[in-house]
Amino acid sequence: MIRASLFAAAAALAFAAPAMAQDFAITNATVAKGDGSAPIEGATVIVRGGKIAAVGTEVRPDPALPVIDGSGSWVTPGLVAAVTSLGLADVDGVQESNDISARTARFNAALDVVPALNPAAQHLKVARANGITRAVVTPGASNSIFAGQGAVIDLGADPQPVMKARAFQMVTLSESGARIAGGSRKASHAELRNALREARDFAAGKWSGEDNLLTRADAEALGPVISGAQQFFIEAHRASDIRAVLALKQEFPRLDLVLVGATEGWLVAGEIAKSGIPVIAESLQDLPERFEQIASTQSNIGRMRAAGVTVSINAATLENTHHYTQYAGNLVALARMPGATGLSWGEALATISSRPAEALGLRGKIGVLKPGAVGDVVIWDGDPLELSSAPMRVFIDGIEQPLENHQTRLRDRYRDLDESDLPKAYDW
Amino acid sequence: MSRVIRALAGLGGALALAACSTTGGANAGAKSPSGTPPSKADFNKNPFPSTYRAYPGAPTALVGATVFDGTGRQFDNSTVLLRDGKVEAVGSGLDTIGYTVIDARGKFVTPGVIDIHSHLGDYPSPSVDAHSDGNEATDPTTPEVWAEHSVWPQDPGFTRALANGGVTALQILPGSANLMGGRTVTLKNVPARTVQGMKFPGAPYGFKMACGENPKRVYGGKGRMPSTRMGNFAVNRQTWLDAKAYAADKDRKRNLANETLVGVLEGEILVHNHCYRADEMALVMDMAKEMGYRVSTFHHAVESYKIGDLLRENGVCSAIWADWYGFKMESYDGIPENAALLQQAGACVVIHSDSDQGIQRLNQEAAKAQAAGKRIGIDIPDGVVVGWFTLNAAKAMGIDAMTGSLEPGKMGDVVLWNGDPLSVYSRPEKVWVDGALLFDASDPKRRPVSDFELGQQGEGDVK
Repeated sequence: MIRASLFAAAAALAFAAPAMAQDFAITNATVAKGDGSAPIEGATVIVRGGKIAAVGTEVRPDPALPVIDGSGSWVTPGLVAAVTSLGLADVDGVQESNDISARTARFNAALDVVPALNPAAQHLKVARANGITRAVVTPGASNSIFAGQGAVIDLGADPQPVMKARAFQMVTLSESGARIAGGSRKASHAELRNALREARDFAAGKWSGEDNLLTRADAEALGPVISGAQQFFIEAHRASDIRAVLALKQEFPRLDLVLVGATEGWLVAGEIAKSGIPVIAESLQDLPERFEQIASTQSNIGRMRAAGVTVSINAATLENTHHYTQYAGNLVALARMPGATGLSWGEALATISSRPAEALGLRGKIGVLKPGAVGDVVIWDGDPLELSSAPMRVFIDGIEQPLENHQTRLRDRYRDLDESDLPKAYDW
Repeated sequence: MSRVIRALAGLGGALALAACSTTGGANAGAKSPSGTPPSKADFNKNPFPSTYRAYPGAPTALVGATVFDGTGRQFDNSTVLLRDGKVEAVGSGLDTIGYTVIDARGKFVTPGVIDIHSHLGDYPSPSVDAHSDGNEATDPTTPEVWAEHSVWPQDPGFTRALANGGVTALQILPGSANLMGGRTVTLKNVPARTVQGMKFPGAPYGFKMACGENPKRVYGGKGRMPSTRMGNFAVNRQTWLDAKAYAADKDRKRNLANETLVGVLEGEILVHNHCYRADEMALVMDMAKEMGYRVSTFHHAVESYKIGDLLRENGVCSAIWADWYGFKMESYDGIPENAALLQQAGACVVIHSDSDQGIQRLNQEAAKAQAAGKRIGIDIPDGVVVGWFTLNAAKAMGIDAMTGSLEPGKMGDVVLWNGDPLSVYSRPEKVWVDGALLFDASDPKRRPVSDFELGQQGEGDVK
């Protein structure tokens, strides 16, 4: 109710056909582009044909264009959550509903999240209501160090979530990968190299079948990894593990690597920066929860960024995906602490918008308010990284999205506990 | 993700109980509440006594701050005086001659943060199997175990909770695999060589119980009772009946499990009951009445908002996260407005962590819960929200006569924040425990480094 009235006050725009992209302008808002720059006050954002058409203080919208008065509001690009299970599970703890990993599958690298995705999953709806409009959906490793192929999705309320299918192959070399592979890092590296070599053979038509450890489907699936046509996400945490990942390029020069985790990334920040490999990193982890994280620090992202690394926040390390903005805000807080290294506000927003996009090779396409980027726009009731703020309106590809979900319905039902006329079950 | 995995492994916690308005006070652990007959105990009820002593502090004046005193009150441009380890006064125009004066203008002061639900020490970092000491998951009821016997004082998590979260006291619970997990222990967040050196002097013991999915999964998975929620209740009720029979037996031999249960029945030990669902909480409150004990606090109570009236009437607190939901079936109806709806219903709210990460940001959890309420028109003052992670936690743990608010005579457990503690951009700048300065962001040596971290990568880093 409250939210509806806010909207009515803010919006002079009627969306008669909610499934259609609308052309519109948001004027006089505090606009944060997501590219690392500082927010701009009194700016205008124009969306046309489902894309961002113009952004800035000098932009003058066509008088015929419907206008949303953004006074008092903040506008950002839709957030891009990197490394999530959105759409793969209804309840993580309910095995029947959970498609994140495939514990006893016969296939590994060949696994593809796309047919398992459920764009109607509640977690996805809640993420959308928290300003996340794109997500990197990543399978979980369990039966092999190769978890399979992840996708980039949009979180729109429609049956077509896939933006980029089979965007990357996910592998883990961390302590957990060592365990899966047979009990040590030696085993995970042997497993990794053997698989890449067999895949290379397969791609070269030298596949015999009998002498190979990979299934045919897995060998085939790794072909695009070897050629660099598909990104290769590698989870690694210890500084020495990260160096081992960087060294992979010597044997397999075409690998398109992305580092995931990198809890000790700050210790090798210069080497990572030199490699040009982007990092989807641990952020607030500051405890040696595993021996591979002995040097963990909340300054990890700040120090890597200062060294020139393209770094974003790994959403899988948050307690809940919807804490994304809170974690980014904490990186700003660190900038005020003696001895710690944080980020500017603009850089912090970038770690949850444009930097994940850059890691995915989608620079300028998602996670940014820039002409030509997708029309994913979020209008907030205050500073988006602050705990008191929330999205008021969310657009994906220029289409306004519903923000209702199971949680908002429960909230409305239990706004009071009055059952004098009928049980709560009739209150809907 | 890591949190969820931990919960599924049965390591997550939930515990709790303690009523916000009716706990035993400073010495509840040592004495029966007035009006009840003295215990018949002929044994030492405190065999592992606290050896904690306050560290030296100077008379200190925090001048010019915005002060939230924990009781709901807010004082602008005020001074907080600490002397002899205690809060001496809060107000304006106070004489600061003879005090170490700290310019706190533009900054904020709160009581030390208190986490009612932690597994630090029992599930320490590094979280390797050799350190997994939080669940005695070998029997559905283990009232005989005491969490303090598992606490590793060198857990680096204690130092992070101090430096980043301003945590000065915390309750360590055994885990939630068992219907009755054992005794909790309340600690002051000071580095110590022994757990006795951290034990909060005079704090009552708590007793951890767990509803729902965890016990039935752990024991049902082993092919034994309980494997259902009705099994959970059957085992609980029979165990209580046996304890009552034990209490009435004049020829009884010492039995550690029953000694704890009798302590609960006599009101000396506060029940902290991990319980997510509203319907189960209602059943537990009836079971408590049937058996003659009371629940202090439901922990992880994600559905409390459905029964705010019942919780108010029974004087039971809800210890909750701001917005965790949907990671297990019994958390499916979690909503971010939970705390605000409870506050509106007049029920007691405590913000808890159950996390070595979340304990570093309890203030932020409270702020999120406040904001969710505000968006549906429930406007809760900042001072009240600060009480969710200070005085309300202390009440629910039975230590509110000693700490939890900045009232004269209470322990000098204080946090100076570099900005509004309900903002994401603020962090503790200095933290005092019993008037001793134990963390100072601007002094690298006023930052504890655990034995485990010595000589390791990142030692002494600000983390």
